[in-house]
Amino acid sequence: MTVELNLPVTVQDVRSFSEANGEPAWFTELRAAALDKVTGLDLPKPDRTNITKWDFVNFPTHTVHSEAFSSLDALPEEAKGLIDLEAQENLYIQRNNTPAYLKISQELTDQGVIFTDILTAVREHGELVQKYFMTEAVKVDEHKLTALHTALVNGGVFVYVPKNVVIEQPLQVIFLNDHAEASLYNHVLVVAEANAAVTYVETYISTVEEAKGQANIIAEVVVQDNAQVTYGAVDVLAKGYTTYVNRRARLARDGKVDWALGLMNDSDTISENITHLVGDGSHADTKTVVVGRGDQKLNFTTEVRHWGKNSIGHILKHGVMKDAAQSIFNGIGYIEHGATKADAQQESRVLMLSEKARGDANPILLIDEDDVTAGHAASVGRVDPLQLYYLMSRGISKTEAERLVIHGFLAPVVTQLPIEGVQKQLTEVIERKVR
Amino acid sequence: MSTLVIKDLHVEIDGKEILKGVNLTINTNEIHAIMGPNGTGKSTLASAIMGHPKYEVTSGTVELDGEDVLEMEVDERAQAGLFLAMQYPSEIAGVTNADFLRSAINARREEGDEISLMKFIRELDKNMEFLEMDEDMAQRYLNEGFSGGEKKRNEILQLMMIKPTFAILDEIDSGLDIDALKVVSKGINAMRGEGFGCLMITHYQRLLNYITPDHVHVMMQGRIVKSGGAELAQRLEAEGYDWIKKELGIEEETEEQEA
Repeated sequence: MTVELNLPVTVQDVRSFSEANGEPAWFTELRAAALDKVTGLDLPKPDRTNITKWDFVNFPTHTVHSEAFSSLDALPEEAKGLIDLEAQENLYIQRNNTPAYLKISQELTDQGVIFTDILTAVREHGELVQKYFMTEAVKVDEHKLTALHTALVNGGVFVYVPKNVVIEQPLQVIFLNDHAEASLYNHVLVVAEANAAVTYVETYISTVEEAKGQANIIAEVVVQDNAQVTYGAVDVLAKGYTTYVNRRARLARDGKVDWALGLMNDSDTISENITHLVGDGSHADTKTVVVGRGDQKLNFTTEVRHWGKNSIGHILKHGVMKDAAQSIFNGIGYIEHGATKADAQQESRVLMLSEKARGDANPILLIDEDDVTAGHAASVGRVDPLQLYYLMSRGISKTEAERLVIHGFLAPVVTQLPIEGVQKQLTEVIERKVR
Repeated sequence: MSTLVIKDLHVEIDGKEILKGVNLTINTNEIHAIMGPNGTGKSTLASAIMGHPKYEVTSGTVELDGEDVLEMEVDERAQAGLFLAMQYPSEIAGVTNADFLRSAINARREEGDEISLMKFIRELDKNMEFLEMDEDMAQRYLNEGFSGGEKKRNEILQLMMIKPTFAILDEIDSGLDIDALKVVSKGINAMRGEGFGCLMITHYQRLLNYITPDHVHVMMQGRIVKSGGAELAQRLEAEGYDWIKKELGIEEETEEQEA
């Protein structure tokens, strides 16, 4: 059963939005064609969560206009804390749907690196964007939400790292949400050409208690031969959003991607993180930590799909569930025929902090090739009483012992994030959410 | 002087009685050793004193300077001055050894009076050097991937950092090679003195070559059946336990698994 959709926008709305942005014709047409497909497509089908009754469509308004920040001093404290104000050279801040601050070092510009908001990129680097936008990693007509996303993109980032350019300092992006009626159709496109290397860290942060609308976010990461991308993300979106977040990578020969995702939304969330190991010798390391609370409904799918020989895919997912939160953790290692010597490993663990919380770890291995190694470990349980006993036997109170165990359990992503302010913020969010 | 008094202690695990009336008094400035064959309840005694969740005390008392230990939560027992070096310490991923130790030390201090980071690091470095531990052990996750010997050293490191009034060492010597045994013994001997009492549980007299006990007790079938001085351990080493069984008329050999 599908809820009949009355789209909140018409194709004319989409066209005028696109024209107002000064977008090139191909992008306007891409939007219009995508919108046209929406009604004919089904919703995605995340394993074990029925989302047919979720409202992925309605919003109070497609775009809100916010003030840009004239300087970093004007940032709210929550955002300021994320940034090393003195040392961070490459920073993009989006406020709701408005590009609000951008800084990129001369050195990177000289090397041909592009780091700008997505709609500016569409205008100024149209050819490059056209080559990779919804072509390599995600397709427009995969399902209703990818089509809706394409039609309605109203923010995001474009990162382009030319051949052989290795960027040492992380590129930092903050998506600040301080308007309760802002819908986020953000598109992040990261392209690392051959032998390039980049670390990208994004933070979604809501300063409103409760929001109304859609967060339909797609990130595409294109990793060419022997390139490396480290992708860190911390999502802390407010309750009230219907969140669909799709982060996907496609790797060429000897490419490497490291995902470190701290998924801390207070909204109902469908998260999908898929990596296609297309090239031989490509390597994905995906780490995800999650805290669910209240009556949140959550579904996290992490998939690594092996096409290339000698490809390596490791998945780690740790979730903490409290109150009456319901969560599904799908971990999928998929080895295609011909991907000889591939290695697919995964570990999914869920800690339950209350009787009413639900967490299902659903490990799946799909293997179409004989000459491979694969393994999975999954567990759902409470905090180990023997660990608590050990810590308490050193004089540590039960509350503090539980806190230590939980933080330790979620540490794999925290320690992986290469920006101290972001690490600290994630630790604080965990603290606040599990308390 | 502090005193730990155990009176007629009966302990069950999964409904099976392991300790059948243990009596023992330990004062500070004393080192006691409990010896005995496998499966006679030595480790059960250690775990029951500390408050292991699986062990149920069915009768008897444990008092520390007159305070009822059995009424206390595990952390309260530690705060009151008890410490157990465990035979199988838990591994806790994501929590560094250093962070854990600092939490343990600060748990004993008032809020606002936490140990300064510099002082903590100085103490930690000093003790780790004394125990010949690699520097990186401080930043490794608590016991995770530690070898058997590293775990034991780490237990002694905690002992030296926390400085309890009474330490119970549950087979601290098992699985140690001779060099590691010497280091661990050095740590325990450094604690020896006025404000410190110790109960060592061991199968082997070997440990007692490095740490001379003031009192030696033999445990069989859930009771302490014989007590003496250091010479008792030597006789056990030379002659085994059969003579005690004979002397006391103990018939059957307990073949339960070590609990």
